[in-house]
Amino acid sequence: MTTVTRRRASHQGVAPAPPGRPKLTFRQRLSLADVKWSPYLYIAPFFVIFGVVGLFPLLWTAYLSLFDRELLDAEGTFIGLGNYTELFRDSQFWNALFNTLSIFVLSSGPQIVVAVLVAALLNTRLRAPTGWRVGVLLPYVVSLVAVGLIFGNLFGHNYGLVNGLLEAVGIDRIDWQTNWFASHLAIATMVNWRWTGYNALIVLAAMKAIPKEIFEAAMIDGASAARRFFSVTLPLLRPTLIFVVVTSTIGGLQIFTEPKLFDAMPGSNNGGPSNQFQTITLYMYQTAFETQKLGYASAIAWVLFLVIIIFAVLNFLLTRRISSSGTEEAP
Amino acid sequence: MTAISLRRVTRRAQTGDKRASFWVYGLLIAFMLGSVFPFFWSFLVASRDSSMLTERVPPLLPGGNFLSNAARVFDTVPFWKALGNSVIVSGTVTLTTVLFSTLAGFAFAKLRFRGRDALFVFVVATLAVPTQLGIIPLYMAMGELGWAGHLEAVIVPNLVTAIGVFWMRQYTAQVVPYELIEAARVDGCSMIRVYWHVCLPAVRPAAAFLGMFTFMTSWNDFLWPLVVLNADNPTVQLALERLQSGYYVDYSLVLAGTTLATIPILFVFVVLGRQIVAGIMQGAVKG
Repeated sequence: MTTVTRRRASHQGVAPAPPGRPKLTFRQRLSLADVKWSPYLYIAPFFVIFGVVGLFPLLWTAYLSLFDRELLDAEGTFIGLGNYTELFRDSQFWNALFNTLSIFVLSSGPQIVVAVLVAALLNTRLRAPTGWRVGVLLPYVVSLVAVGLIFGNLFGHNYGLVNGLLEAVGIDRIDWQTNWFASHLAIATMVNWRWTGYNALIVLAAMKAIPKEIFEAAMIDGASAARRFFSVTLPLLRPTLIFVVVTSTIGGLQIFTEPKLFDAMPGSNNGGPSNQFQTITLYMYQTAFETQKLGYASAIAWVLFLVIIIFAVLNFLLTRRISSSGTEEAP
Repeated sequence: MTAISLRRVTRRAQTGDKRASFWVYGLLIAFMLGSVFPFFWSFLVASRDSSMLTERVPPLLPGGNFLSNAARVFDTVPFWKALGNSVIVSGTVTLTTVLFSTLAGFAFAKLRFRGRDALFVFVVATLAVPTQLGIIPLYMAMGELGWAGHLEAVIVPNLVTAIGVFWMRQYTAQVVPYELIEAARVDGCSMIRVYWHVCLPAVRPAAAFLGMFTFMTSWNDFLWPLVVLNADNPTVQLALERLQSGYYVDYSLVLAGTTLATIPILFVFVVLGRQIVAGIMQGAVKG
């Protein structure tokens, strides 16, 4: 690749003047400075804004986590890693961590399987393909708050439609807000409802990008449709599946709006009467803005940050392993 | 193998097997019904009074109370103000995100400068950083600045995103030819005019998608506005959340609110759905 600078210079002859050449005019200098410094100017907004509102607060959170500090204190007391040792003894924290992981597994696992299936369905020769694609994306445009409110209604204990249907087929009502597994399932349902179609489209795009020759070769070799799917399509989707898994890890572990709105007590940050579905972000929010222990909440935030990084890396390695061994194990 | 049968194999191989079967349509329709049902249900509840929920067999046709329920939404929370606030916040954030992302994308994709690759790697790395976890110091800073409760507090932290810069860089690298930039430079364009007259028109589809995506994300944002704004000056999402406050939740009121808040976005989606789908699928392949 040739640089714009050099090309421009070769056309107009304004390369840095070798000794003995006449001095550059002001306009030429201006133009040179333009070429040299403009790129920095163009990328500056991102770096300045990210630095000020992204990176700096994260580092400041780490610093804050070393203090015992209440919301209204001007200064806190330095307690070193005290918040962290307290955190590791805090059963509510472990509970929140467990809830977060449980909801994450219940949502991302089925979601990816269904997304691949829906993508496979969309990849057939349909009438009005775009219409179907728009259709599966529909839930994605609904805000999380609206999703939380709608599903809170559907999963209501006394008058919810889900319990009504269960009763109609002779199953006992389930208390979706106090049974921990049921509550996780309900929250995972919200996540799945909103994101499956979106991920299906990403997988579909990857399916469309697979070269046709590979399928031709497999067909000529006599591979059945199922065999082609498992031995050709799936392994080739690997990078996309990794992408989907990693992004859903980063988002899924920070889940906040759904559990906050799912509470039967509106406005509560408890995540159920005995924290059945309180996630880490919800616990962090409660600690910071309800009990107002900023230092402790910062420690929670920082631990969650590490958990997210660890899980993103683990998922990355795991997905790579699974989809590559799939090729060898296929019968 | 003869040419004809090979071509048939090719055509079949392209799209799986043959024309989509009954089963494919059946499964897709089932999936679609699952997607649409919650919308339908919330409109159903919103158009009746709360007594509907206590009936053993819920009615499956909308009632006539939607307008009165919607009117109650406007009485309960400052919904107009919330709508106005959300339009201001999402509109501003969308404009600046598209502007700064296309600028940075142009620089990263087409200009050569010292440290470019390292800086771009940094941008990619920040994609994985959950910036949401920095809300505590950010909240304190907003208090210091006196922005708490004001719209600046929700606008400024979202002026540009790493995903936007990344996206625009990938797209610009593909669609803007060096020859065009060169030609503009030869004609005496300054860098900023090259960006404005050459780069921006070429990347318009991706910029439009980024704009829609940013608008929706900002419109739906909840955690940060909840932290930093208050009930008198809410965004739409905060107003919705306020609807269910109180011990007894009046669902025909709450779901009338969600229906009201969802209709504009749904309308945009029906008009622009095709482009949004194309954008997601393109981003997936390139990303």
